[in-house]
Amino acid sequence: MLKTLRQIASIGIVSEPPPQADETLRVRDTLQESIREVLGRALCIRHVDAGSCNGCELEIHALNNPLYNLEGLGIRFVASPRHADLLLVTGPVSKHMEVALLRTFEATPDPKLVVALGDCGCTGGIFGESYASRGRVSNVIPVDVEVPGCPPSPTRILQGILAALVRAPGQGQ
Amino acid sequence: MALQSLFNRSDVQHGAPGLRGVTVSPEQWRQAAFDLSAAGARLLALWASGANQASHLISAVFVAPEGGGLVLTLPMVNTDEPYTGIAELFPAAARMQRAIADLSGVRSTDPDTRPWLRHAAWPQGYRPLLDPPSQPIANPVADSYSFVRVEGEGVHEIAVGPVHAGTIEPGHFRFSVVGEKVLRLEERLGYVHKGIEQRFTQLPLMEGHRLAARVSGDSAVAFSWAYCQALEGIAQFDVPPRAAWLRALYLELERIANHLGDLGALGNDAGFAFGLAQFSRLKELLLRTSQETLGARYLMDAIVPGGTRSDLTRTGIAALSGCLGEISNEVLTLRAVYDEHEGVRDRFNGAGVVSTELAARLGLIGLAGRASGQAFDLRIDLPCAPYPDLAPAKIVRTEGDVAARVAVRFDEFQQSCRLVQRILSELPDGPHNNPVRIPTDGAVGIGLIEGWRGPVCLALEAGPDGTIRRCHPQDPSWNNWPVLEHAIIGNIVPDFPLINKSFNLSYSGHDL
Repeated sequence: MLKTLRQIASIGIVSEPPPQADETLRVRDTLQESIREVLGRALCIRHVDAGSCNGCELEIHALNNPLYNLEGLGIRFVASPRHADLLLVTGPVSKHMEVALLRTFEATPDPKLVVALGDCGCTGGIFGESYASRGRVSNVIPVDVEVPGCPPSPTRILQGILAALVRAPGQGQ
Repeated sequence: MALQSLFNRSDVQHGAPGLRGVTVSPEQWRQAAFDLSAAGARLLALWASGANQASHLISAVFVAPEGGGLVLTLPMVNTDEPYTGIAELFPAAARMQRAIADLSGVRSTDPDTRPWLRHAAWPQGYRPLLDPPSQPIANPVADSYSFVRVEGEGVHEIAVGPVHAGTIEPGHFRFSVVGEKVLRLEERLGYVHKGIEQRFTQLPLMEGHRLAARVSGDSAVAFSWAYCQALEGIAQFDVPPRAAWLRALYLELERIANHLGDLGALGNDAGFAFGLAQFSRLKELLLRTSQETLGARYLMDAIVPGGTRSDLTRTGIAALSGCLGEISNEVLTLRAVYDEHEGVRDRFNGAGVVSTELAARLGLIGLAGRASGQAFDLRIDLPCAPYPDLAPAKIVRTEGDVAARVAVRFDEFQQSCRLVQRILSELPDGPHNNPVRIPTDGAVGIGLIEGWRGPVCLALEAGPDGTIRRCHPQDPSWNNWPVLEHAIIGNIVPDFPLINKSFNLSYSGHDL
């Protein structure tokens, strides 16, 4: 116990300030103004691996480390799509995950946001489209923000998630 | 003795050093599998290849317990006739054979003929590795799968997945339970099958390493090295010493990063969030130093045919060495915390036991195998440069529980830190990359690399004009997924996440 406390005390708080939203990542803007006000930054995310190589998952995990401290921003990952405001989808959508992704999307209450992650989620990546792959996420469900990278860094992922939340220029107050 | 005569008849196999290859008749195939099993050898890969129906080959890679590796190749006379299945001798072969039937349309004599990688994405008659590429079927449909039903009073089923309650890859687990105790677990995988093997045949030979790195992103270095080892083997190319040492540096850094991630997650799954916070912080420090010195947090494209993409500067060496020193000191402190924490010990000890006997019979390999007394490590059994110089030790435990798999990770972490420091201080001079000439049509090479999870195997056949005719990557998860079904028996359902994490198997690397 003493060792544990000593370690906690000696490391201190290492969390860093979050990056700014990168609005250039937004590909679609349909979110009602009212919901942005309701959500603020208290956002619940459901991650769906729709065919990823698991590289993007490693960087999603990193968002929860003390340096990025996602929960400190009021954003957290939830266990059910029914509790989620935003789906974070990785991978080219494999044919075998298409039904599961559609059902997850349907189970998420409206209004909802979708962020496609990684080169594969944005374009199909190196896997492309084939007998087993539907390619990019937007081939299967509507996508609001696309964050490219292989894998994208935690900072880029955070910029993308925040971009889904901020107002588009010219849209109400 | 029988095994010796097989080795005597064999020829040098291109690719991994020390690997031998032999072509066998159907009778010899059966006998060879029997002899290899009796000698305690491990099956690392099994696949079918062939440009058309008339010329099919079944190939299998084995590694013998006291070192030495053998590739058996069985030419098929008639592909309508099934080949002799070897699942009774090598249980891991069962799913590999089902996958071969799904992708190449060739069947074994073994009884389980349920599809494995094929769900509803393509019809039974379509053979992705033989027939021309096709577009996906228009309508998404979910199919049904005949799980084995457990019957009896009070038995009920819990179905989990494919979408899991966390940041995990997709797969389906069907538990049959009484109360909270698991009687049986049956896995169903294949959800992230994205046609990797067919995709390989559409890429140039000199670019296949990029796809290999994305077979399982957490093992990018191991797979891209295995690909380059196979390619350089058939091109008869000598890797420059500096490149070989840099590759080993990347491989050990990959091992360190994954072990740090797992050690934190295992603490968390045992209800000790402190562990996750501490280890994930250390992992982040390593990834940032990696970005700064090697140009990437994850080394997806660092290994290329001919060597490595970039070199390491003197300042880079100093920065990496300093970072590793700091991290390894902190891990010593954290290990003492884990060891002394009663709650953690209580969850780790005796959970998910795979006995040494069971591990040997089912063919458990890699990190999980070494925690159950299975002393296989390609860095020692079939070492490629620079491992004969680095001379790592096999880290073996016999308890076979979650605690043993944690202890192996701690020990391997410390050993890898020492290896990295040695590589950094003795890195040979010279080029980090030389041009590779395109190998001849039809040459086959096999790469074998001990990744952090276990032995990664990749078979590569060159086509005409720098194309890929066939490429088959095999992740150790193929061997270890079936063993997880046994590890959970008799444990309680809430311990499954912890036990599953202690194996940390790849879905993508398995589903291809």
